[in-house]
Amino acid sequence: MRAATAAAAASGGETSPSELLAAAHEPLSAAEAQEATESFEIAPNDPLVAYFQGSVGAVDVNALDLDSPALTALRAEGVSLVVPLITNGELIGLLNVGRRLSDQDFSADDRRLLETLAAQAAPAVRVGQLVREQQAEIRARGRIEQELAVAQLIQQNFLPKQLPALGGWEVAAYYRAARAVGGDFYDFIELPDGRLGLVIGDVTDKGVPAAMVMAATRSVLRASAQRLIEPGTVLARVNDNLCPDIPENMFVTCFYGVLDPASGHLRYANAGHNLPLVAAGGESSDLRATGMPLGLLPSMSYEERETTLAPGASVLLYSDGLVEAHDREREMFGTERVVELLARGGDCNALIGELLGALDRFTGEELEQEDDITLVALRRAGGEPAGAAVLDDFKLASEPGNEREAMRRVAAAAAPFALTPERRERLKTATAEATMNAMEHGNGYRRELDVAVRVSADARALTVAISDCGGARAIAPADAPDIDAKLDGRQSPRGWGLFLIERMVDELRQRSDGDRHTVELVMNLEGGRDAERDT
Amino acid sequence: MPNVTLEATTHAADGRARIELRGDIDSSAREALGAAYAETAGAHEVLLDFAAVDYINSTGIALIVGMLARARADARAITARGLSRHYREIFEITRLSDFMTILDDDRTDQGDPTHE
Repeated sequence: MRAATAAAAASGGETSPSELLAAAHEPLSAAEAQEATESFEIAPNDPLVAYFQGSVGAVDVNALDLDSPALTALRAEGVSLVVPLITNGELIGLLNVGRRLSDQDFSADDRRLLETLAAQAAPAVRVGQLVREQQAEIRARGRIEQELAVAQLIQQNFLPKQLPALGGWEVAAYYRAARAVGGDFYDFIELPDGRLGLVIGDVTDKGVPAAMVMAATRSVLRASAQRLIEPGTVLARVNDNLCPDIPENMFVTCFYGVLDPASGHLRYANAGHNLPLVAAGGESSDLRATGMPLGLLPSMSYEERETTLAPGASVLLYSDGLVEAHDREREMFGTERVVELLARGGDCNALIGELLGALDRFTGEELEQEDDITLVALRRAGGEPAGAAVLDDFKLASEPGNEREAMRRVAAAAAPFALTPERRERLKTATAEATMNAMEHGNGYRRELDVAVRVSADARALTVAISDCGGARAIAPADAPDIDAKLDGRQSPRGWGLFLIERMVDELRQRSDGDRHTVELVMNLEGGRDAERDT
Repeated sequence: MPNVTLEATTHAADGRARIELRGDIDSSAREALGAAYAETAGAHEVLLDFAAVDYINSTGIALIVGMLARARADARAITARGLSRHYREIFEITRLSDFMTILDDDRTDQGDPTHE
């Protein structure tokens, strides 16, 4: 038998042999054969496919009478004998053999040999095909991941790198992407005369297209804001810019406000975004103004409204990822809980921490975040006395014993305040325990990781904020210490820290920003626990 | 500062023992407390004297829980004296006070001890 090399491959698989590939060969020496391997595609509806699915064994190409483009191609390649490669009853390719060098017909022995060869080669070829399919799949998955990474990069690149420094105002912002990157964004735009543009928006859809639209919206908005000032005009301009180019079925909701920090005056317009919430003087309201989302229809106009944010007022801009989050029963988080937390007052970072804490408790930890969550909080400094200030701010290395230093400095900072001796001791113990937790659980007693302690006070309360570097990890809820279980050895004798802290202070707040985990110990300056307990 | 330790001295006689504690009860107190307790062998009453203790943290509480567990196994009654008002409160919050007798005495550095 003359050199009869052949290879065949088909994508086959159980779905459909959509591209059955066959390799055909001129009679060649074995050495040359490898290089000459060619393969071509056989259409799945080619009669040749049906023919070989029903036949076993070698077939003379010239004896076939089929209206088949593949057969014509095989003949053109000089193939004279075809042996189907069948494994597990599935046709996965063809072994194609050229003429014998002697030009004689293949003998019965030749055919048997080829059939044996085909039977043995078929499973191996199938394995090769599967490996190739898997590699293609891995490449495709890699592309999707890469796309997500690109979207994330675009998104992160267009979010503000830092918060604006606004005299008399506190500002905090938070963004948490859902697994598939969405199109949430927020922005602070510095405007003439010390005014500040406030932006929050949400692009429908996810992935790279949404991120691109978000980036475009932000750029147009920034450019328009500088020239046009009036928020309604700005949104109308952005809308007209977006409309021609935005992909179909995609649109952008966006709130835009211009704040004068000196007077608290806020002028705003809203293109269909969730209504920002305001809490001031015990009253709650929302910033309502009508307008269509951006990118749907050109030449839209946007209602402009205005309000003045009084000292002590808080504003929260948020995305639907917050209020439309669901719990296990598919109930929505809603705005009511948000209004309630906002109305409590307190600083913006604490508000965001409380909102996220409430949201996590609501959805349950095991539920995956459905949508991006964006929060921007602003609070106008209240009418508190000038005493509202940071009293001490320091860092400690994570070394056993350093809790004493924290205790000493907090006690010194608290000295001028009217606390009973007993409440002073409680604050000291809570400070020491929270510092130890930070050094041990947050920083793993790694010396180079710091614990930051900040003591501040306003007219109502003294607050000690203690933060560690463990913000990326979720805080595991500790078992409530049970002395009976501890004495019986059913529970570790340890685990008293948080339990003690909770009972030492009037309020305990915890929050994480992804880097740092912060515990805030609050001692009320009027009333408080002594008042309840000791009278 | 991390090496501040506890001095614990045991005085034992006639089935009674008194452990005089001086300093801070934190993680560094483990050995001193263990050794002091070991010297109470044979006593059925052990008095812990906290009069010269300035600081007890949660790790210290855990060590005292450990000592209470051993005392229970050894059928030794534990009494505490000299606790500041603050630490007496902590012993009550943690319910350590359910497993030891806490003597009201004259330590007055934390407000008025007769208040309660």
